Amino acid sequence: MHLDHTHPHTHDGPAALSADAHRPDGRRRALRIGLGGPVGSGKTATVAALCRALRDELSLAVVTNDIYTREDAEFLLREAVLPPERITAVETGACPHTAIRDDISANLEAVEELEDEVGPLDLILVESGGDNLTATFSKGLVDAQIFVIDVAGGDDIPRKGGPGVTTADLLVINKTDLAPYVGSDLARMAADAKAQRAELPVVLQSLRGEGGVTAVAQWVRERLAAWTA
Amino acid sequence: MTRAALLVLADGRFPAGGHAHSGGAEAAVKAGRITGASGLESFCRGRLHTAGLVSAGLAAAAALGMDPAELDAAADARTPSPALRGVARRLGRQLMRAARVTWPSAELDALARQFPKGAHQPVVLGVAARAAGLGAEDAAYCSVYEGVSGPATATVRLLSLDPFDATGVVARLAPEMDLVVGRAVEAARRAVHDGVDVLPAASAPLLEIGAEGHAGWAVRLFAS
Repeated sequence: MHLDHTHPHTHDGPAALSADAHRPDGRRRALRIGLGGPVGSGKTATVAALCRALRDELSLAVVTNDIYTREDAEFLLREAVLPPERITAVETGACPHTAIRDDISANLEAVEELEDEVGPLDLILVESGGDNLTATFSKGLVDAQIFVIDVAGGDDIPRKGGPGVTTADLLVINKTDLAPYVGSDLARMAADAKAQRAELPVVLQSLRGEGGVTAVAQWVRERLAAWTA
Repeated sequence: MTRAALLVLADGRFPAGGHAHSGGAEAAVKAGRITGASGLESFCRGRLHTAGLVSAGLAAAAALGMDPAELDAAADARTPSPALRGVARRLGRQLMRAARVTWPSAELDALARQFPKGAHQPVVLGVAARAAGLGAEDAAYCSVYEGVSGPATATVRLLSLDPFDATGVVARLAPEMDLVVGRAVEAARRAVHDGVDVLPAASAPLLEIGAEGHAGWAVRLFAS
């Protein structure tokens, strides 16, 4: 009698459930990209740089999942990378990985509310709270994920692997400008990452350097092109 | 009734957003009302016999097939704190999403359509229980168990409380949970004939006041 489960695109149907590629009104929803990684690796700085690089060409919004406070959302607001109504903070009950992987309901609400309130959107960045090397995003929440590590966190992290390093759609090795100061071997990190990830891409980046976030922004543009194709 | 379905719905791992909420425990910890296992037990006991009883009555009534819109209005009337009403609707919407995927049902779809911003969580819980083939008593059990185990788990994270002690608290409250479920279901059965006004309307003012304060904190671990 009701067909919403077999035809999720009916116009009068209740809200979308999970990873449906279309919104209840039948339009294609925004591409959702998750950014995860250890504490202090530069997730928020990368999100801020992506917003600056993409905001003139795309309609975008950000969901932050801070471990304890609304710091990350407030950092983005302070940096004025997006208008405040395009940034939402989700509380995670002291378990950031639960909110992006095991129980994604609060994050799904946040992305859907952003689309309802400031949409239509092309792209939503979902930033995880700083976590450990096993934290990955559920496919029910994001369409692609970026894992951000940094050279100062130890150049053995790519070798250690773990789900984030091994399976993320893009691995970013951040803060390459610090490598000489902390004794990290960039060539070794790149080689270890390649060994862990086979054909999956790796970007070495310094947000303070000349290229900045360019390579990651280009990767996002390519994902978006594939999503809307 | 299927006992396994009850376990699925009652499981703390059921992905309906509860993990980010402390059921008022974070505010009580900050206020010094919970400092260890005995404080947690007092808090949970008080919560069980007040907000817990109210929620269980609403869940049982929804599971008996009473009009969810009427029950939702009754829940509003029993929740003085605007912050807690907001939390109840957000959690209701999150439970709705999980339940609609888990136990597809026309009643859940209709409720989602009627309350796009979410109905009160206990009402959704009752309708979800129906969809899962469960009865009023099951719905009430899910409600009271969640109302006690949520704060207990949160306190483990907030105070680094020994998890065995916290689980012991929940286990010691089991006989009282049975009692509260009995009262809630009895009231719900009467409400089917006499209307929502006979549902329990107990209140815990400190929970309400604590929730209002908590909602304004700049730094917190839990959403409520």
